[in-house]
Order: sequence, then structure tokens, then C-alpha cells
Amino acid sequence: MWRVGTVVALRDETATARTIAFEVQDWPGHLAGQHVDVRLTSPDGYSAVRSYSIAAAPNSERRVEITVERLPDGEVSPYLTRQVAVGDRLELRGPLGGWFVWRPEQSEPIQLVAGGSGIVPLMAMIRSYRTTRGATAFRLLYSVREPGAVYYRGELDAPASEVSAPKVTYAFTRAAPKGWPGRLGRIDAALVARTTWPSKLVPTCYVCGPTSFVESAAGLLVAAGNSPERIRTERFGPTGERQ
Amino acid sequence: MSKDDHLDGNAAAGPLSTIFAVDVTAAECQCAHCGAIDRFARTRLYMMGPGVVARCAVCEQVLLRLVRAGRRLLLEARGLTYLSLDTSQVQEPGS
Repeated sequence: MWRVGTVVALRDETATARTIAFEVQDWPGHLAGQHVDVRLTSPDGYSAVRSYSIAAAPNSERRVEITVERLPDGEVSPYLTRQVAVGDRLELRGPLGGWFVWRPEQSEPIQLVAGGSGIVPLMAMIRSYRTTRGATAFRLLYSVREPGAVYYRGELDAPASEVSAPKVTYAFTRAAPKGWPGRLGRIDAALVARTTWPSKLVPTCYVCGPTSFVESAAGLLVAAGNSPERIRTERFGPTGERQ
Repeated sequence: MSKDDHLDGNAAAGPLSTIFAVDVTAAECQCAHCGAIDRFARTRLYMMGPGVVARCAVCEQVLLRLVRAGRRLLLEARGLTYLSLDTSQVQEPGS
């Protein structure tokens, strides 16, 4: 069922990523981790559909936010990140997906692992956790190319003294901030062992990113003793646009 | 098939919503070929072709195909023995 979303705000997250906030007519509400399909139709009737994770926490204001990474050869993302303006109306289908979700009643420790723009649905979980002050604790391991590519930096770097702040660990793969104490590189077994929840605490793990990243990260979590049953994954396609 | 060309069953939620009234990606399903039971969201999903193909994560046989041809939408699911939904976790559409 397609609904009409009116763009109510735009916010740049990085030089290439923009958050688009919609108010969606008759939106039934969503769960953290769900996604929407966005359909663009040209005057000649040609239409393109892409899936985007919802970044906003569940809310009662019918507000849906997506963060779109501009892909140089993308068919849809250049339009969404450059052309769309406040007041525009787009077609949205959702909320979609009932498996890759976090619900406030979950009481086990939560381990989030993001690769690049895979942070988006995990951010909805962090925001939902902050809103509801759930009875658990979140950890995030965020693999990202360079400091300038980090989404939601201000929110993620909120003071650790805040009760519901997740413990965030970055893995910079190409360039790190000045004075960065860690080493440059992909997530490996040592980083997983040092920064993720011990498997004996039986955390639920949510892993989101490009397919090769998810394969690798989920494999490391299993090697660290986590049961595959406790790992939920969401892969992005080779283009970063999921369809 | 390489490891890198598939998504998770999650990603079929949009296309499947054109046929099913509630989300079925969170449903448990059984593979008719090898008997494996898992969430549909954990199947291997291929979306590069003219439609959607879900394969068993264990034996890689086809569970379900959803293909659009012009104005016709075809769902073929003989690779699935059943879908089992937890109704307490189902979101009502449009409510």
C-alpha cells in the first residue's frame, strides 16, 4: 500500500548523505529497524523503487526519516539527495519488515554492528532505546571509511555519562581522526573480542551493511562464541541501493 | 553463485506486501527440499533478475519466486512447506 509522504525537513549528515524527514499520511507507526520503499515516477510513467531504512525512532507524529547516501551512478539517490525540497510529496510503502527490529520490551544486551550506511536502522534502535529508556544496554561497533563519513556524529558522541548512551567503538578503515589511538583497518577478531558484549551474556546482535561486510562481521561474532540464532542481519546490495 | 550477490529475506518485505496483508518476512518457514526451519527473513534473497527469488540458507534450493510480468504478478512457492506467523507480533496494516 503506497502512501504519500510530505517532505518536512532536510539535513546533511556528511558531504554525500542527506536525511529526508517526511510526514506520512495515515502512517500506522513503525518499529526501530524497519524500512520503507520509496517510489519515484517520471512523467512518462517509468518508475523506480528503492528501499531505505528508517532512521527515526518510533513516534506518534507520523514522522519517517531516511538517510540517503548519494551514489555517483545511482538512478534514485542523486535525485533524493540534491533535488528533493521541503514540501515535495513522494510515494512511500511501509513500514516493512518485522524481523530486523528492536522492541523496547527486549531486556537482553544489544550489540549493533554497522558498516558504512548500515548505521541507519541501528540508529533508529539507539534513538528508540533513548526515548524509552529500555532496561538493557547497547553497544555499537561502527566500521566507516573516514571521520567525514560518520553519520549522526553529534548524537553518537553524546557524553557517556548519559544513562542511555550506547558505548560506541569506531573502526576507521582508510583514515582516522588526528591522535586516534586505535589502528586503521577493518573489524577483526581482536576488535570484536575487545569491544563487543561477551557471548556469555547472550546479546542479540544486529548487523547491517554491504553484503561482504555483513558476511565478515557475522562470521566474527559467531567465531567469538555468539550463536547464529542470536544474530540478525540486513545486507545492502552491491549498489548500496537495496533493489 | 558468489557469496556477494544475495540479500536477506528481509528485503522482500516490500514486494511481498503487494500480496500478503501482513508482514511474512518475520514468519517461520520450512524448506520443502531439506526440511530446514528458519525465519523467512534469514533466507538468501536474489533481486537482480526480473523478480525476487528466495533460496534456503541451508541447501540453497528455491523456496519462493515473485515475478512481475506486465500487469501480472506471479507468486510460486512450492519450495515452502509452510509459513507460520506469531500473530502477537504482527502489525496491522493501516491501523
